[in-house]
Amino acid sequence: MKSIILKSASNYLLPLLLLFSVFVLLRGHYLPGGGFIGGLIASIAFVLHAFANGLKNTRFLLRIHPGFFIPAGLLLSLLSGLAPMWFDLPFLTGIWMDNPIPVIGMVGSALFFDTGVFLVVVGVSLTIIFTISESA
Amino acid sequence: MILGVFSSFIAALLLWFSGKSLKHKLCWLIMLLPASLFIYFASFLVKMEGAKVITYVYKWVPSMGVNLSFRMDGLALLFLLLITGIGTLVYLYTSNYLKNHPLLIRFYTYLSLFMGSMIGLVLSDNIITLFIFWELTSISSFFLIGFNNNDAASRKSALTALAVTGFGGLALLGFGVYAYFLTGTTSINEMIGYSEMFENGISGMILLGFIAIAAFTKSAQFPLHFWLPGAMKAPTPVSTYLHSATMVKAGIYLLLRFTPHFELNPYWSPILTTVGAITMLYAAFHTLFRKDLKGILAYSTISALGILVFLIGIGTTASLTAAFVFIIVHALYKAALFLITGIIDHQTKTRDLSQLSGLRKIMWPTAIAGFIVAISSAGIPPTLGFVGKDLIYEATDYTILFTTVAVLTNCLLVYAGFATGIKPFVGKLPEKLSAVKPPSRTLWIPAFLLAVLSVVFGLFPSLLGNIVQTSLYAVGDVSFVKLKLWHGFNGILLLSMVTIIGGFALYYFWKISIQKESWISKFEKISPQTLFVKTAVGFEVIAYKWTRIAQNGHLRNYVLIIVLALIAALGYHIIEDNASYLSNFTLTPMSWNEIAVVGIMFFAIVFSVFARSRLSAIVGLGVVGYTMCFIFVFFSAPDLAMTQFTIDTLTVILFVLVLYRLPPYLKFSNTPIRIRDGLVALVLGGFITLIALEVMDESPVRSAADFYAENSYLLAKGKNVVNVILVDFRGLDTFIEIIVLSIAAIGVFGLLKLRLKKEDK
Repeated sequence: MKSIILKSASNYLLPLLLLFSVFVLLRGHYLPGGGFIGGLIASIAFVLHAFANGLKNTRFLLRIHPGFFIPAGLLLSLLSGLAPMWFDLPFLTGIWMDNPIPVIGMVGSALFFDTGVFLVVVGVSLTIIFTISESA
Repeated sequence: MILGVFSSFIAALLLWFSGKSLKHKLCWLIMLLPASLFIYFASFLVKMEGAKVITYVYKWVPSMGVNLSFRMDGLALLFLLLITGIGTLVYLYTSNYLKNHPLLIRFYTYLSLFMGSMIGLVLSDNIITLFIFWELTSISSFFLIGFNNNDAASRKSALTALAVTGFGGLALLGFGVYAYFLTGTTSINEMIGYSEMFENGISGMILLGFIAIAAFTKSAQFPLHFWLPGAMKAPTPVSTYLHSATMVKAGIYLLLRFTPHFELNPYWSPILTTVGAITMLYAAFHTLFRKDLKGILAYSTISALGILVFLIGIGTTASLTAAFVFIIVHALYKAALFLITGIIDHQTKTRDLSQLSGLRKIMWPTAIAGFIVAISSAGIPPTLGFVGKDLIYEATDYTILFTTVAVLTNCLLVYAGFATGIKPFVGKLPEKLSAVKPPSRTLWIPAFLLAVLSVVFGLFPSLLGNIVQTSLYAVGDVSFVKLKLWHGFNGILLLSMVTIIGGFALYYFWKISIQKESWISKFEKISPQTLFVKTAVGFEVIAYKWTRIAQNGHLRNYVLIIVLALIAALGYHIIEDNASYLSNFTLTPMSWNEIAVVGIMFFAIVFSVFARSRLSAIVGLGVVGYTMCFIFVFFSAPDLAMTQFTIDTLTVILFVLVLYRLPPYLKFSNTPIRIRDGLVALVLGGFITLIALEVMDESPVRSAADFYAENSYLLAKGKNVVNVILVDFRGLDTFIEIIVLSIAAIGVFGLLKLRLKKEDK
């Protein structure tokens, strides 16, 4: 799609949307949002960029193949689930820090778990969309 | 003890990985494994003095009652000594029999795997581990039968054996699960305490059916015996070890193990004696029509297994004693006969009975061994066979039917023993065979040893008194027995004389010929094997046709079938439910914005159904999705709305990406098909609506929702209940879901990147 407006807009939209997706991820525990929706928003941001600037440029921007987000996310979720076992608690028990961290808010194992979900969703949707658009 | 069970598995692993680095000349050293196990288990003979039982329990999956609990008693010990003792000889024999075979190490791997499973099988007190070891013996037998895997007949026999014994394995699993369900314990020994479950009523019938199927498949009882002759395609050491001396006796072991449980079941004895009697006579009769030495041995083995089932079925002290002694007798002489057949095959390259004679001039030690085991199998004193046969006749207790069957079977078995153990060695040496070389020592020594044991135990049967006594105790019989060679002049001796004379006459007058062999093969058409194969082929045909209908590669058909199945399931529910909720539901009044959104949705649906191009149809679908978001927003489900919105965006993008490159609209379906699809869609939509109404009508079960709402902040420190459920309460589900997502992505990636060339497709 050759559209100068979309092209210049996407350059500003990409960081904004990504920021928004992280915001959605972080607020998920108290307000509507979460890793799944955040991940989808982030992938929409990249897909929009790819529409405006071409797939090659988006790939260049990402540096790595989006598929690598999948194992990274799975590993993060798994580790956040395993972490409580260090304290002799069952797998996937939520553990929390006592005081909130500025800006981010309460930090607990569930947040890392959700971040893992976020990464997996980004990886999965981008891998599928990029692969299909390349071979179409 | 645990090392005793698992050392064979460890050895199998080590052998597998040592691969070719192991020198073939040193292969006989592997024999040290069964030999040391034999010595280890033999030491229990002293420890088990009297009626002691030694148990070992290791927790494995305690929450499901699966423990590695091993229970050593007389019955287990008897089998253990057979497994490791004959195993030692077979290991030694194999080192020469398969000398220079490229896959010799792999053969030993399978053999060790089998030995380990068999040891585990007889020691298991837990019904689940018993099942696991049982299946492992079937699997290792499959590998060993198909060892010559470039021979189509071997592969087919292996598959048949696996199918039949695997079917039995399923029955055993059914037995285990059902028995656990009834008794609440997985321990076989503790189940005896609940023997009323095994005795009568429906549960007794079902349990008996399961165990009978399991035992009869494994121990090759009529009409499930046909896999065993086919299994003789395996190299001779395998036939000796698995399909004669040990594995096929696993079914016998199972029946003996559960004798105390079923003792009072009214059907136990009739079923076992009937099946056993039919099998022993049927199989013994078949030996007359076999020219192949291994064929004769296969059928005489089936016959011997039939005798054992028959004896267990009678269930008296005398018959159980006879069974224990006959297990030993049979293992000794049949293993030796197999080994001898292997030697003949190895040296002369033929097993055709009509071509073999006069071999004593070349292999005299083998001939001596053959002669001894032949008279042991015929039950002529002073061999152990005589003791065994006397006990069998004693067990039949002069009932006319039982005794006649037993005598007839034994006459035929006398013939089988003579034909395989004596016939190849007597007479004139044919010209063709004069160049045959004598076998090396490692080949004939194992057979010779077994023959010597047959005589030693025959002369001094009291040597076996201890093991038979403890075995008898293990099956719940506390009587005292004494084994003797000579019982004096009585009716049994007379029966023995009749048997020997009859068998000898048969051997003398009956000459096997091609005509006779082809005569019996006429009955193949109605044999159980043919029926089994036909059923298997039938399944294949049905599966193929069904796949053509249900899985024909067209997405539209898959969708149609899925929707139709859904309609059937929902329709059944709706009809059965007689829709009482239809009369008493109330609709809340709709607000103007809801009406607007539903109106947009309706137009978008109509638009996409009648759209002229794909792209516009997709845009229509996208609009439907977005209006759905509004509905979620109206009914305060912001999470759902957000997810729906993003998902819809991505779906539309995906569709556009895929469909952008396709040719413009082609008319795939004509008007009737479109009408059919429309009808199907309408019916499904209607049904879903009805179900939705029913859900509204049902008094909502709020406890789960209330629990989450109340505890999400207290337990999980989150105020967004949906998210807390996802990441905390049902975290494991989410984790599995993201794994599934990843698999899907890898699948798409793999399918699209793997651009197969035309010819590879």
